[in-house]
Amino acid sequence: MTAGRKTAALTIEGLRVAIGGHDVLRGVDLTLEAGRVHGLAGESGSGKTMTGLAVLGLLPHGSRTSGRIEFAGRNLLETPVRELDEVRGAKIAMVFQDPATSLHPMLTVERQLTEHMRHHLGVGRKEARERAAGLLAKVRIPGPEEALKRYPHQFSGGMRQRIAVAVALACEPEVLIADEPTTALDVTVQAGILRLLRGLCDDLGLAVLLVTHDLGVMSAVADEVSVMKDGLVVETGPRGRVLREPRHPYTRSLLDALPVPPEEKSP
Amino acid sequence: MTVPPTGPLLSVEDLVVEHRTPGRPVVRAVAGASLRVAAGEVVGLVGESGCGKSTLARAVCGLHGAASGRILVGGHPVRPLGLRRRDPALTGVQMVFQDPYSSLNPRRRVGAQIADGLRTAGDTTTDPADLLERVGLPRAFASRHPHEFSGGQRQRIAVARALAARPSLLIGDEPISALDASAQAQVARLMRDLAVESGAGLLFISHDLSVVRLIADRIAVMYLGKIVETGPTAEVWADPRHPYTRGLLAAIPSPDGAGVLPAELPGDVPDPADPPAGCRFHPRCPLVMDACREREPDFGPVACWLHEVEPSPSS
Ligand SMILES: Nc1ncnc2c1ncn2[C@@H]1O[C@H](COP(=O)(O)OP(=O)(O)OP(=O)(O)O)[C@@H](O)[C@H]1O
Ligand SMILES: Nc1ncnc2c1ncn2[C@@H]1O[C@H](COP(=O)(O)OP(=O)(O)OP(=O)(O)O)[C@@H](O)[C@H]1O
Ligand SMILES: [Mg+2]
Ligand SMILES: [Mg+2]
Repeated sequence: MTAGRKTAALTIEGLRVAIGGHDVLRGVDLTLEAGRVHGLAGESGSGKTMTGLAVLGLLPHGSRTSGRIEFAGRNLLETPVRELDEVRGAKIAMVFQDPATSLHPMLTVERQLTEHMRHHLGVGRKEARERAAGLLAKVRIPGPEEALKRYPHQFSGGMRQRIAVAVALACEPEVLIADEPTTALDVTVQAGILRLLRGLCDDLGLAVLLVTHDLGVMSAVADEVSVMKDGLVVETGPRGRVLREPRHPYTRSLLDALPVPPEEKSP
Repeated sequence: MTVPPTGPLLSVEDLVVEHRTPGRPVVRAVAGASLRVAAGEVVGLVGESGCGKSTLARAVCGLHGAASGRILVGGHPVRPLGLRRRDPALTGVQMVFQDPYSSLNPRRRVGAQIADGLRTAGDTTTDPADLLERVGLPRAFASRHPHEFSGGQRQRIAVARALAARPSLLIGDEPISALDASAQAQVARLMRDLAVESGAGLLFISHDLSVVRLIADRIAVMYLGKIVETGPTAEVWADPRHPYTRGLLAAIPSPDGAGVLPAELPGDVPDPADPPAGCRFHPRCPLVMDACREREPDFGPVACWLHEVEPSPSS
């Protein structure tokens, strides 16, 4: 556990986003800490993805923002694009909900993994290649050496999702925003990815914002849990408390909606 | 037209599908899989990421050719799609793709796309907005374009469009993976009702085992290109017999707030370009025997040497 030294890795305060006159985020507060996983659940369309995109400065064109996103002593919402480019990908990385956004269809997996490494970490071609193969093995891609030469469309949906995780981790970021990173994975491979993320937090002090609608996943890895509805965070607290004694009615309704197995209903 | 009224709606027989890339080893993504879906039945297809579920589904839609084996829809063999020709076996088949972007045209309003589905079904009275409402979205969304939606909203639109066409066979490839539990239950039930009420079949591919359990009559478990176990959902759930199925069910994380990381399967995820000899699962199987290393168990409903005739009472 290296979590003790610096606490808040990234702070979001009063974040508001409007797209085309429509209020998508209406004052979101969230704190990510080094070495901790902050889980974010919430209604479909409540603004989870927009919160992540705002941190990376990747909101749709014409979005208007206000509030603060503080990272390493500056407000990312007011940081010029050129400086933001040094943070993006290198210090703060994102796994996009749609893996197609994370991966370039015309580039080999090797190029997508090594290009950022060579640019941001300044490592040579050979070392970058070795690291890339190591990352693919970590995300449980079979035959990593051979996989480096292939293009995204030659992988299954879940493999693409895992390659997107590898791309996000390539530059050893301090903050990882992972937007539904295991939706395309079966539960055994998912267990491997969750263990990988947990290990990076515990060993390297990575701060993670894990967006997931799967409360089982949430329960397995999140330290803190926040729940969003209609562009607002309606509840935040330690995992055990939020999942066992939810305070907000919406959180309670989420837990109540978990499918009841057939034999537990009246026969 | 001789549609055998008693035969299954979809019958996949010993199907082999290969991906070939010049200079690369052949990837046998589906390696002799058999599967049936009856009219009015919901079959859940589950399995490890990369085991060939989407490849199988795309082959059923004529998007991949079969290297060997057969696919019959309503008794008619499916052949790969030509550029112009639409295979008569495929009228009535709708697929919701794993990536919702592939199901939706980014340049057209979603209402117009749902209207296309209605037209396929010859339905001139239903308003596309009615379908949006049924999948839990506001009617006004009909005038928006796909990029204006969140991931889960987009999946619901893809489902609405497929349902609009009133298919006789609906294939959903992770159609609701981005929805929260309550929306999942709603849309999954809607898909199920369509199948049961209109006598259509539903092949439902999902990693979310609790949803599969909720809507599937039967489960088919796939591992590295083969169906390794099939059976009625409740039976497979209560008494999984293939060691892979057991490992899969044991890895479902529980939402109890306890912070317990579920177990991974031992060993490496296998490469379909280089499958292990004998039983494909043997390098990772906790119950492996000598026979498993040598011969492939080529039988059902549980393709495992432990279950060849009857489960042996010793261990
Ligand atoms: N380009 C856009 N233009 C206008 N509205 C948009 C656009 N993109 C998203 N929205 C709207 O913003 C809201 C928040 O979307 P967001 O993608 O953040 O939801 P989410 O919480 O990630 O949902 P999901 O769980 O379904 O992915 C949604 O109501 C959506 O319809
Ligand atoms: N176009 C292609 N060229 C080469 N290999 C491919 C191609 N498409 C898929 N594959 C390989 O075929 C195998 C099966 O892929 P498929 O997409 O059918 O898996 P899946 O079961 O749907 O997995 P997931 O649950 O991750 O979506 C994988 O090993 C994948 O890498
Ligand atoms: Mg989202
Ligand atoms: Mg797939």
